[in-house]
Amino acid sequence: MIELLGIDGKVRGSSPMSLDKVVDALRLMLLSRAVDDRLIKLQRMGRVGVYGPVHGQEAAVIGSAMALDPQRDWIVPASREHPAMLRHGLPLKNMFATYMGNFDAAAVPDGVRLLPRQQSIGAQLPHAVGLAWALKLRRAGGVVAVYFGEGASSEGDFHEASNLAGVMRVPLVMLLINNHYAISTPVHRQTAAAELAARAEGYGFPGFVVDGNDLLAVYATTVDAVNRAIAGDGPTLIECRTYRMGFHNTSDNPKEYRDTAEVDEAEQRDPIERVRRFAIREGVWSADQEAAALNEIRSAIDTAQRQVEELPRPGAAAIFEHVYETLPPRLQQQRAEALDDARPS
Amino acid sequence: MINQPELSILEAIRSALMDEMSRDERVMVLGMDVGQLGGVFRVTRGLMERFGPERVVDTPLAEGAIVGASLGLAIGGMVPVAEVQFLGFTHQAFHQIGPQLARYRFRSRGRFSAQVTIRAPFGGGTRTPEFHPDAIEAQFVQAPGLKIVCPAFPDDAKGLLLEAIRDPDPVLYLEPQRLYRSIRGPVPAGDHTVPFGSSRLVREGKDVVLIAWSAAVHLCLAAADQLAEEGVAASVLDLRTLVPLDVAGLIAAVVESGKAVVVHEAPVTGGFGAEIVATIQQEAFGSLDAPIRRVASRDTPYPPGSLEDYFLPSVRRIVAATRATVEY
Ligand SMILES: Cc1ncc(C[n+]2csc(CCOP(=O)(O)OP(=O)(O)O)c2C)c(N)n1
Ligand SMILES: [Mg+2]
Repeated sequence: MIELLGIDGKVRGSSPMSLDKVVDALRLMLLSRAVDDRLIKLQRMGRVGVYGPVHGQEAAVIGSAMALDPQRDWIVPASREHPAMLRHGLPLKNMFATYMGNFDAAAVPDGVRLLPRQQSIGAQLPHAVGLAWALKLRRAGGVVAVYFGEGASSEGDFHEASNLAGVMRVPLVMLLINNHYAISTPVHRQTAAAELAARAEGYGFPGFVVDGNDLLAVYATTVDAVNRAIAGDGPTLIECRTYRMGFHNTSDNPKEYRDTAEVDEAEQRDPIERVRRFAIREGVWSADQEAAALNEIRSAIDTAQRQVEELPRPGAAAIFEHVYETLPPRLQQQRAEALDDARPS
Repeated sequence: MINQPELSILEAIRSALMDEMSRDERVMVLGMDVGQLGGVFRVTRGLMERFGPERVVDTPLAEGAIVGASLGLAIGGMVPVAEVQFLGFTHQAFHQIGPQLARYRFRSRGRFSAQVTIRAPFGGGTRTPEFHPDAIEAQFVQAPGLKIVCPAFPDDAKGLLLEAIRDPDPVLYLEPQRLYRSIRGPVPAGDHTVPFGSSRLVREGKDVVLIAWSAAVHLCLAAADQLAEEGVAASVLDLRTLVPLDVAGLIAAVVESGKAVVVHEAPVTGGFGAEIVATIQQEAFGSLDAPIRRVASRDTPYPPGSLEDYFLPSVRRIVAATRATVEY
C-alpha cells in the first residue's frame, strides 16, 4: 500500500504536492464536510430528498481530483464525488440544486468537463472508456478519471469496461473508492480477493493500492497515472482504501450492521486531521486561518442554498424538456394535458 | 379463517417467506443487503437469524449474477427467492431474466425448469431517486415463460408469494414500495395461496370499471370514492397477475357496464394497459359503450421526485377520465 502522509502529519520524503495546493486541498476538504453537514440538516428538514455523504473519503476524492487539469481532463463521477466535481468547475449552487431537487439548475455548465452523477452503480464505467477512447482518437491530449465504489467493481460493467480500456489502451484513470461498504455489505462479502487493484494485471495494465485517507499518496499515485495516460501508456487502476465514516445515505442506519468500535477506529485515521497537522507543521495553516476558512465556507454555502431557494421551482413543462431535441407530436399533446392538469382549479 | 392478523404488505411478504422457508428447506433468499440488514426496506429482517447465512445470503453487487445463479441453483435442486433491490435495476439482469430464466424450460425441451422467484420493489410516489421508482413491468411481459404478479393488498401479497415460490416456472413478483407500510389488512394465517390468473373485483359499481394492478389499484379506489360523491358508481378490478392474465374476469367486469378506464404507473405508450384495451375490444367489442381510456404516466424518463406528481397518474386525472367515459 502506498503511504506518504502519516497520521502524525509527517511526510515520508518530500511532499509531492506544493504547499499552495495542500492549502487548496485542505479548504476543499473542509468545504466537503461542511456541505455534508448542511445537506444532512436540510434532508432532516424535508428540503433534500436523499443524501449520501462524503465523510471519511475526502482525501481519496480530493487528492485524485487535484491531480487533474480541469481545462484538459474529464471527470466521470459515481455519486459521492461532489468535492471533485466542485474542484473541476461545477458551481456550488448547481451542486446544491442537485440535491434540492431543481434539476435544471443542477446541470453541468457548458465547457465544464464533467459528466453528471450516476446512480446506477457501475454504469458510468463503459462511458468513461468511450470518452477516453474519443480523446485518444481525436488526439485531444487529456485523460478521463472515472470514480466508482468497491461495490461497483462487482458489476459486469466493471469487467467489460476494464477489459475494453486495456485493449484500446485508452487514457483512463480508474479510481476505485474502496470505502469498505456497499450499503450494509462489507468488502469481504464483495470479493474473496485480498485486494481489488490486483485485477488490473488481468486486464493488462497496472494497478495500485493506496492509503485512501492519505491526501499526498492519492495525489502522487494519480499524478503518475495521468502521466502514463498522457504518454500513451493506457489505463491505470487505483484502489483507494478509505472508510465510509457516515451512513450510506440519509435513509440508512449503519448501527444495524456494523460495530461502532470500527467507526471509532476509523476516526483515528481521519483524512482531514492529518493534512491539517501537516499544513500547520509546514507553517501554512493555523487555527486562525481555519476559523476564517470555515467562515468563508459557511457564507458560500449559505449563498448557494439561498440562490437555489430563490429559483423558480420547475413545473410540469420541465419533465418534457430535453427528452428529445424536438418533442414529437404525441408528447406535445401530453405536455399540453399536463400543463392543463397542473393549473390550479 | 379463525386467525386473521392485521399485517402490512411488508409484514405479509416477510411472513410468507418465513412460512415457506420453514416448510421447505430448499427455499433460500439471496440478494444485496438481504441478510444482516434485512434488505433496504427490511422485508427480510429476521430471516438470517432464523435460517442462517447459507439460506439467507448477502450477495455481491451484481444483479445479473444474482438472477443467473438463481437459475443454476434451481437446476441444482434449490428453490431461490432472489431479491433485486429495485425493479429499475433488473435491467442489469435483463438478459438473465428474459432470454435465460424464462426460456430455460423451452430451450431444454422440458428437461430443466426454473423454479425461481424474483422479488423487486417498484413504483413512484416516494420521492426516491432516479431508477428506483421505474415501473417497467411491461418490458417483462415480452419474455414468454415468465409469470408476472403484482399484489396490492396484504392478503394477496402473502397468497401470491407462496404461489410464486411453489410455481415450477419463474415468477417476477412486484412489490408496491409506496404501500409497504401504509396498507394494512387481514391476512389469513397458515397456508394461504392465491391462484395466478384470477383478478379480484375490489369494489362494485354499475357505471364503469377501473382496471389496475399494484399501487394504482389504491388510486382507483380513491377515485371511485370521489366519483361516488358525484353520483358515478365505479367498480375497481385488481388484475393481481399480468401473466397469466384473467381474460374471463376482465371481460366479465367490462360487460357489466360497457365502460372501462385502465390505470397504470408505467408510461402510457406500450404499457400493459395497451394489451388490456386490445384484449377487451377483441373479446367484448359488442358490449362497449365508450372508448376505453388510459390514465398512465407520461412518455418521459422518470423525473426527480419533486416533479413526479406531474408524471404519474393521479386521482384527479382518473376522475376526469372516468367522468368523460361515463358521459360519453
Ligand atoms: C445497479 C444498481 N444496483 C443497486 C443499486 C442500489 N445501491 C445504491 S448505492 C449501492 C452500494 C454501492 O456501493 P459502492 O459501489 O461501494 O459505492 P458507495 O455507496 O460505497 O460509495 C447500492 C447497492 C444501484 N443504485 N444500482
Ligand atoms: Mg463502497
